[in-house]
Order: sequence, then structure tokens, then C-alpha cells
Amino acid sequence: MSAPARPAQPAPQPPATPAVLLALEGVRKRYNIGLPNEAEVLHGLSFTIGRGEFAALIGPSGSGKSTLLNIVGLLEHMTAGSYRIDGVEMNGLDDATLTLRRRSTLGFVFQFHHLLPAFSALENVTLPALMREGRITPARRERARAVLAAVGLGDAMGKRPGELSGGMQQRVAIARALVLEPPLVLADEPTGNLDTGSADEVFALMRQMHAELKTSFLVVTHDPRLAARCDRVLELVDGRLVRDGATVPERREGREGLVGGS
Amino acid sequence: MLGFERRVATRFLREGRMQTVLIIVGVAAGVAVVAYISALITGLQQNTIEKTLGAQAHLTLSPRDDVVLAARAPASTGTRELVQTQPRAQRPRSIGNWQLLVPLLEAMPEVAAVSPMVSAAGLAVRGEASKAIALVGVDLDRYDRIVSLRSKVVDGTARLEPGEGIIGRELADDLGVRVGDRVGIVTGGVSDSLRVTALVDLGVRELNRRTVIVPLRTAQSLVGLPGGATSLDLTLVDIWSAQTLADHLAARWPYQAESWQQANAQLVSALNAQSVSTAVIRGVVMVVVVLGIASVLVVSVVQKQREIGILRAMGATQGQVLRIFLLQGAIVGALGSVLGVLLAVALIWVFTRFALGADGLPLFNITLEPALALRVAAIATLCGVLAAVAPARRAARLDPAQAIRL
Repeated sequence: MSAPARPAQPAPQPPATPAVLLALEGVRKRYNIGLPNEAEVLHGLSFTIGRGEFAALIGPSGSGKSTLLNIVGLLEHMTAGSYRIDGVEMNGLDDATLTLRRRSTLGFVFQFHHLLPAFSALENVTLPALMREGRITPARRERARAVLAAVGLGDAMGKRPGELSGGMQQRVAIARALVLEPPLVLADEPTGNLDTGSADEVFALMRQMHAELKTSFLVVTHDPRLAARCDRVLELVDGRLVRDGATVPERREGREGLVGGS
Repeated sequence: MLGFERRVATRFLREGRMQTVLIIVGVAAGVAVVAYISALITGLQQNTIEKTLGAQAHLTLSPRDDVVLAARAPASTGTRELVQTQPRAQRPRSIGNWQLLVPLLEAMPEVAAVSPMVSAAGLAVRGEASKAIALVGVDLDRYDRIVSLRSKVVDGTARLEPGEGIIGRELADDLGVRVGDRVGIVTGGVSDSLRVTALVDLGVRELNRRTVIVPLRTAQSLVGLPGGATSLDLTLVDIWSAQTLADHLAARWPYQAESWQQANAQLVSALNAQSVSTAVIRGVVMVVVVLGIASVLVVSVVQKQREIGILRAMGATQGQVLRIFLLQGAIVGALGSVLGVLLAVALIWVFTRFALGADGLPLFNITLEPALALRVAAIATLCGVLAAVAPARRAARLDPAQAIRL
């Protein structure tokens, strides 16, 4: 990968963050190292996400968003660079340590919800606690019920994912990601598979949970309308960060537009 | 314990219902075959051994054979000498000091009973009929502990006072004798007359046709061995210790010791061949069970790749994923075992109910011992876990990022 497709726009400084949750510095990712088809998809990315931030990661297909999200989500190793969570370096840690860190720090919301079809909505939401503690205490169950009720699924707790609409399934996924109150939720196209109405509802829910729990969000989206409703937008093109800026506060209520946007 | 792994493993199994049911039935069939064959062969072998040992001792001590020794002085060193001697005819001889030997043998922990015996060939005569017989002189109470003679009586009452005898059922038919009749016995130049007190069925027709059991003293005088005993019959606590004890006794005392295995070498080799065949069948069935479970779990891992990816992304460790699939193997193995043991019990019931001998009784006694059932079930469950190792490792090693994208 060489030069970015378009030059970086002069972006406003990212908002000051009271505490840095995660910090990437010079992160590179190469595939097929040593083979004729070796390729670098991330070219030395550097940025930070503060506690309580709600950031969008946008970019065209093939720009490296998913790879970056996998590295941030500790699902993939970087080739070079530094990635710190709460000041602790993640690069070079073994799988077991990364898994435990993922468990304690991150919540995931995927495009296709990725609930476990054999479990009810409530069971899906209690799964993180069961995984962590080996059992579900009454307190944990109550907490799961409360979160499901908060995402508007108080009446559908016993239903399996197959019995729920796409929007409802995504709400369960959000509840599951948030139930243990991780510091950071990574959402990969969380509304990409929903109609506009459901997408708006799900996004509003994420904002609401963010406001209530102060959890940091990094949302990958193709939808500029949704990106505009985030506090900050990081734009990735051809593996390079071409934009990192705050959105206009008054536009966050559904109108398009980014400060310094194209 | 293993709450997360147990919950996910059982859900995965319930989700693939048809697949799970089929493999559990497969395991059950395998376990049933192994348990049934094991019980059948054990029953058959026990029955064969019981029938064989029902009319003979576990171990017999007898005098060593007479041998002819060369009268010449040995040749000088360096000279090879070829000597031919005529083997000596074996005459009836008594075990030296057998009266002292009996309490010594009885004191051994392996020995359950000892019975002195005088045996010889002879003729049973009644009217114009005469039949070749095997004369057996015993102390009835001691001999009863060796072959349970009283339980083999088919007519009359087992009693061996002087001048009385017990004869085989077929011999009685051949001679036209009933209980209470007299029979003449001839051995060498000596003859005597006995009153038949009981007819016995020793379980083997040929034995029934030849056996005449008389008091020890009567046999001693008929054979010409006053106060002697041609052999000592031993019953052991554990029949399988017979060979070891025989070797030990032969080394310790100057007597010939023959175990029931030596006396029935062909039977023992047949039983061994049967045991080996059974072990091979059991092994093959277990391999099939392992392959069956493994193939189903391999398919399950492929089907569940996305779920595994989700669980890994959520923070499930490789160890947890590994245990989820190992548990599935164990659950399938355990459920299949329970079902299989029940099926084996049903098969055994059918066998004992419908496979009957000419007398309307089951051909032989066959039962599934709880210890055997437990052992088979434990092995099958272990096989389930072993079968799950490869699929489980594959699942644990799945790249979560790739698995989620599938």
C-alpha cells in the first residue's frame, strides 16, 4: 500500500480526553509475510481513544477497518507498533493473556448480531458472566434482566434469536456487550443489516447506553449519517488514518455532516 | 464446576438433536455388543470350567513315575555313551507319608479341601455282564468337598460304609443295576461285592459309564495298597492359582503335581483363543465407537465455527473451548453407555428366556455383573473423551477473527 487515495484533510484537534483508555502507535499489519503476495494493510496507525468517548471508524471497503477493529479487539496480532490498554502493552502477549484481557475490557457488537442461536435472549446476555465466573449468580441474572429491559426487550427474554426481528437481535447483542460494563465496546457495522428505522433505534440505544454507563464506543460504519451522530470520526483510507476529528454537536441529532468533512 | 463449558456443551448437543441422537444410539449399540459379548463369553467359560471341574480336582498330587536307572557306572569324562533302557510299567503306588501331607496341604491358604484317593482300573460284574470301570476309593466327606458328589446323586443316598459303593448312572443302566442291588468288582486277582447306595451323574457320559466310587479302605484292599493313597485331590480357593501352586508343590516335595490346566490343556487353549477373539471384537467395536463420535464432533466443529468465534471474541479461552468439545464426547459416551448397558441387559434377558436347552432350562447362566457393566461404561465414556480430543483441539485453535467472518 502506498499513498492514501486522497490527501488528509486539515482536521480539527480531537477533543481533549480526560483519560486515555487505549493508545495505538505506529501500528502496522502485514499479511503473507515472506510470500510473493505479501501486503501491508495498515501503515503505521497512531491514535488514542479516551474513556467515555463515542467514536466512529469510517472508510471504504478494503481500507483496513476490519483489520484495525480485530487488532483493537485483540483478535489479531499486529506486525509492528504499540497498542496499550490502560497503559499496558498488548503487543507480544500470548493468546491466553489477550483472551482474558478481551474478556475484562471489551464488549463486541457485530453486524450480524452473532448471538448463539441455541440460547435464549436472557441466556445470551448472561453468557459473559457464566464464562467469567462459571455460574450465574442471582445478582448477575437480575442485572442481565435489567439490561435487557433497558434495551426494550423485557418481554422477549425467553425467546431465542430465531424468534426475534433483526433489530431486536441487535438489541440483545448490545445488551450482551454491555452487561458486564466493559470500558470499551467495539461495534462492527451494528446497523449494517437493519432497515433505516431499526438502525436509528439501535444507534439511539447505543448512545443512550453510552450516556448512562459512560462506556467508550468505537463504531465501524459505512453510514455517514450515523458517523455524524458520533462524537468523533476516524477515517481510514488504504490503511492510513486520513481524518480524525470531532463532529458538530448540533448535528449529532440525526443530521449529516462532519466538521471538516468532505 | 465447568458451569460454562457444561452449559454450552449440552446446548450444542441439544441443538444438533438428530445428529446427537444417532451417535448416542451408535455408542449404545457398541456398548451393548461389548457388554453382551463379555457377559456371554464369561458365562460360557464359567459354565465350561464348572462342568469340567465339577468331576475333577483342581490339582492332583501323585507319586513320581518309576524310572529305570542304568546299573553301570557313568562313563568317564569326554566319552559319549548311548544307552537304551526299557521304560518301566507303572504299577499302582502310594504317595509316601500322605497322612502327614494332608494337614500340611490343608494349612495352605490357597487350598480349600484335600481328599486322598486310591484309583485303579477294574471290572464291574453282574450276572453275565461285565464292564471295564475306573475304581475310585475315597473318604466320602472329603471327596464331596472336591467334586460335590452329593449334589450329583440322581437316585439313592450317597453313603459309603464298608461294602457299599456309588456308581455312575450309565454304568447302572449297562449292568441293569438299581439302588440296593449288589455288583461284583474285580481288580487284578482280587474281587469284592458292593451294594449300590446311589447313582450319580458326573456331567460327562463317559465318566458315568465307568465310575465306581467305593470307601478308601475297600479300594486299598482291592488294589493291594493297604493304608496307601495313589493320589491327593485338592480343591483351591482360586482355580487360576492351580498352575502356580502345582509348580510350587512339585518343587517342594518329591511328588508329581498336575493342575487342572495341564490335565485339560486343549480346553485351556480353546478358552484362551476364545478370550483373545472376544478381546479383538471388543477392541474393533470400541474403535468404531471412537471413530463415530469423532466424526460427528468434527462435523459439529465445522458447523459451529461461527459460534466458537463468537465465544472466543467474548473471552472464552482456548481451554474452555477445548473442554466444551471434550465434554460433548464424554456426555455422548456416558449417555450411550447407560443406554448400551440397558440394551445388553435386555439382550441377556432374551437369551436366557428364549435360548433354552433340551431340558427347558437356559443353555448356561449368563449375567451382566455390575462391575463389568461399570467397566464397559467407563471405557466407553473414556473413549468418548478420547474421540473428542482431535475435534476439540481443532475447535480451540480456530482463529476467532476468521471464524466470526464465516
